[in-house]
Amino acid sequence: MIKSLVKKGEYYDSVSLMIVGKDVSNMENVIEATVVMATKENKSILKTAGLYLDEFKQYDDTDLLIVVKSDREDKFTEIFEKVDNLLIEIRNRKDDSGSFTPKSLEGAINYQPESNLVLISIAGRYAGREAMKALKQGLHVMLFSDNVPLETEIELKKYALANDLLVMGPDCGTAIINDVPLAFSNAVNKGNIGIVAASGTGLQEVSSIISEEGFGISQAIGTGGRDIKEEVGGKMFISALNALKNDDDTRVIVLVSKPPHPSVLKKINAELKGLTKPVVSIFLGADRNLVEVNGVVAASTLEEAALLACAISENVEVSKVTEFLEARRSSYGTIAEKEVKNISSGRKYIRGLFSGGTLCDETQIILKKDIENIFSNRSGDEKHALDDSWISKEHSLVDLGEDEFTVGRLHPMMDFDLRNKRIIQEAKDKETAIILFDLVLGYGANMDPIAEILPIIKQAQAIAPGISYICSVTGTEQDPQNRENVIKTLEENNVLVMPTNTAAAEIVALILKNL
Amino acid sequence: MSFKKLFGKKMEVVNIGLNRFKEDLEQQGEKVTNVEWTPPANIDKNVLQILQENKAEIQAANEKVLEIILNGKPFLVGLDIARNVIPGMKEDLFLHSGPPLTWDRMCGPMKGAMIGAMIYEGKAKDFAEADKLGTSGKFEFSPCHEHDTVGPMAGVVSASMPVFVLKNEEYGNFAYCTLNEGLGKVLRYGAYDPETIEKLKWMEKELYPTLKNAVEFIGKIDLKNIIAQALHMGDEVHNRNRAATSLFYRAIAPAIVQTCKKPEITAKVLDFINGNDHFFLNLSMPAAKVTLDAARNIDNSSIVVAMTRNGTDFGLQLAGTKDSWFVGEALVPDALYFPGFTKDDANPDIGDSSITETVGLGGFAIAASPAIVQFVGGSASDAINYTLAMYEIAFGENNMYQIPYLNFRGTPTGIDVTKVVEKGLTPFIDTGVAHKDPGIGQVGAGVLSAPMEPFIKAAIGLSEQLKK
Repeated sequence: MIKSLVKKGEYYDSVSLMIVGKDVSNMENVIEATVVMATKENKSILKTAGLYLDEFKQYDDTDLLIVVKSDREDKFTEIFEKVDNLLIEIRNRKDDSGSFTPKSLEGAINYQPESNLVLISIAGRYAGREAMKALKQGLHVMLFSDNVPLETEIELKKYALANDLLVMGPDCGTAIINDVPLAFSNAVNKGNIGIVAASGTGLQEVSSIISEEGFGISQAIGTGGRDIKEEVGGKMFISALNALKNDDDTRVIVLVSKPPHPSVLKKINAELKGLTKPVVSIFLGADRNLVEVNGVVAASTLEEAALLACAISENVEVSKVTEFLEARRSSYGTIAEKEVKNISSGRKYIRGLFSGGTLCDETQIILKKDIENIFSNRSGDEKHALDDSWISKEHSLVDLGEDEFTVGRLHPMMDFDLRNKRIIQEAKDKETAIILFDLVLGYGANMDPIAEILPIIKQAQAIAPGISYICSVTGTEQDPQNRENVIKTLEENNVLVMPTNTAAAEIVALILKNL
Repeated sequence: MSFKKLFGKKMEVVNIGLNRFKEDLEQQGEKVTNVEWTPPANIDKNVLQILQENKAEIQAANEKVLEIILNGKPFLVGLDIARNVIPGMKEDLFLHSGPPLTWDRMCGPMKGAMIGAMIYEGKAKDFAEADKLGTSGKFEFSPCHEHDTVGPMAGVVSASMPVFVLKNEEYGNFAYCTLNEGLGKVLRYGAYDPETIEKLKWMEKELYPTLKNAVEFIGKIDLKNIIAQALHMGDEVHNRNRAATSLFYRAIAPAIVQTCKKPEITAKVLDFINGNDHFFLNLSMPAAKVTLDAARNIDNSSIVVAMTRNGTDFGLQLAGTKDSWFVGEALVPDALYFPGFTKDDANPDIGDSSITETVGLGGFAIAASPAIVQFVGGSASDAINYTLAMYEIAFGENNMYQIPYLNFRGTPTGIDVTKVVEKGLTPFIDTGVAHKDPGIGQVGAGVLSAPMEPFIKAAIGLSEQLKK
């Protein structure tokens, strides 16, 4: 039976509630439980989950619903009491520091008058309003929230442009401003390479490679993926590019994104004209010739873009980068051969399980050159879209950060649960030859990825020893997770760790070709 | 294009949302302030738009209202019998706390206090008779607030009760309040047994004339001054009135000794005041009332001039909406309960005493009163944080009432309804909790958040006024 406890007018953020929800679900005698604010969206989720009660009709956004399914009627009081305690704990934890927490943006600015950037990650329907308030106070905005209406994005960016302000996002996960990594970003060296990116994990990968190569970042500006679409017209992409052009600390500029809309590309090209600073672009999946104008060096992979920027930054011939990458590719033969030997017969498919969307895209692009029929929940063409994201089909590359997986859950970079389950699911499939996964380190991400994933890898290896486990690690030595140790531990446990996402895709392509 | 004041500057981030992002920035030693964000009140977009469009008018009106509040000069100028001074007071009228209320909707302690008052007035002999009279329609019930009066908890005032008479010397208006009975079995918590009535009779026969003569002898007593001093001595004059009572005692005692002819009454009266830490509550409340009433009827103002509960409803009045009440359900407080009591014993919020918060005292001044936080549950830093949060919904800061710990910053003053709905943040009220059954008394205390509903209704009410 299903019972509920409603707290009128008690607001908690969704992450706190997910944590409480998880704890409640794990309680004794609880079959299923969920703790959510009574928004329209959440109510419809409850309906699909069969946890909706008619009485919920009267509640709205500011009311808290605690729904518990249990077969022990006598235990509900006890369960709800425990939930109450969990909520009190969460509320009190906030006050632990004893320091004052303002209740509004206005209060925060009064409290910290020199504030210059507001990082917003509340629900999309509220985020735009807070962002506009921040802009009107003359503050720059990083809008992590997704589901912000397109009109709101346009309105925010128009206002920002007119007032020399920066709006990163919506749906911007990564930025490094003045050497400070924000949200999902890596601890990189300070340097003279500036990045403008309409892709979060793309920015993480490029900035991390640059830093690991011993070079550094001046500014890394995210714009959110929608910025380069026709409707937004590249407003922030272009103004960020312009800002880097005028920034004395930036010597080389890297542009990272999916192919922009032609009208936006035209504007970008116009902006690039007459630019005295060298520019490297990686428009993942775009025709190289399309963007190689105005002296821009076009890369075809994230890694290449990073290495090109490094080479230009120290005045090394860009052809050296191509030479290096080709030499490395040819050296992969032996490694691939070894992996192929290890894969038991009858196994033939790659199963890529990603937490970074751009990493999934890049893998797709690289594999497509040699391999046919790669299915994905981020496929560009309908023919290769997965019918059901939850079930792989032949060669499959799945981004677990897509909406179908993240509704009511934390992002897979933070919470490994869902991907862990998927790894086991793929290991049980007799046709799986390779399980490929990314580990994204840095701020925002899970602080102990090894503890999360290693037991699962071991379990999968026990189920299916004849599978090749391949991983790429995005992050730097300075990141709080200790990159070196992460790589070493995975290697000790028979995971093939490749230095970059590009390299991982390349080795996968080689293995598949030789299967 | 260069982004204004961004590149090369020291980052100072405001984080709204995931706590993790704040922690990460702190770990890196970066300056970050977290916002404990709540969604704005669920309110019609048109209402918000009207308020937005009339922002300048509201601002101007609020400045006027704040000025009147800050200029207020509450003085105790005398004592009298309710029927002689309270406007509209008459034989069969009983005043109560909170917004308007009918007999059938009265909560336990309210009914108990009404019955007590009927017995006190000689209208009924016992419970059964009083209960019958209550339903008969023979008596009128009316909010204290509509008669220039305030009362703690049930706040029942009847015709022959003695009251303090306060005058706002700046604007000439008056306010009234009964005398505090102390703790235990008392009328304001709904007690009506013979012991309670006997005490009220003593107050009428001995306490009242003694105090009346003493105040007459002194002339008038500056209450704003006493309150300002008491804030420096650890009171917030809602739930803690120990310092203010002591200061009042110092002011009144010599006069009582000089004017009261009977030493045993002198002793009894002085003992009574001395033994009741809450004695001054019935002066801090009308002091707030007489200050706020002068600011009524200022068109377009979004500042609250009355915020009160009757144990059933929670009601508000705004300076800009004349005599309209904006009413929502009074909630059962999530308070700290005395041993042996739980939330199940508690009555929904009750009393006019939240007039103190309305003027910038009580929960708004709790940072001045660290001693009380233990009583209401929490740490000294909680007290500071409650007050700091209230600056976010206050229109201004007080000129006289100050918080020593905050470097003598004036208390947040003038609750602005537009800010309340915009930020989804309602006032903190530092209050006592009554037992739901009459006469048992106080069962807990706490710092409570006012319900949002009346504030939403007030915002709608103001927007309708503005449309005209």
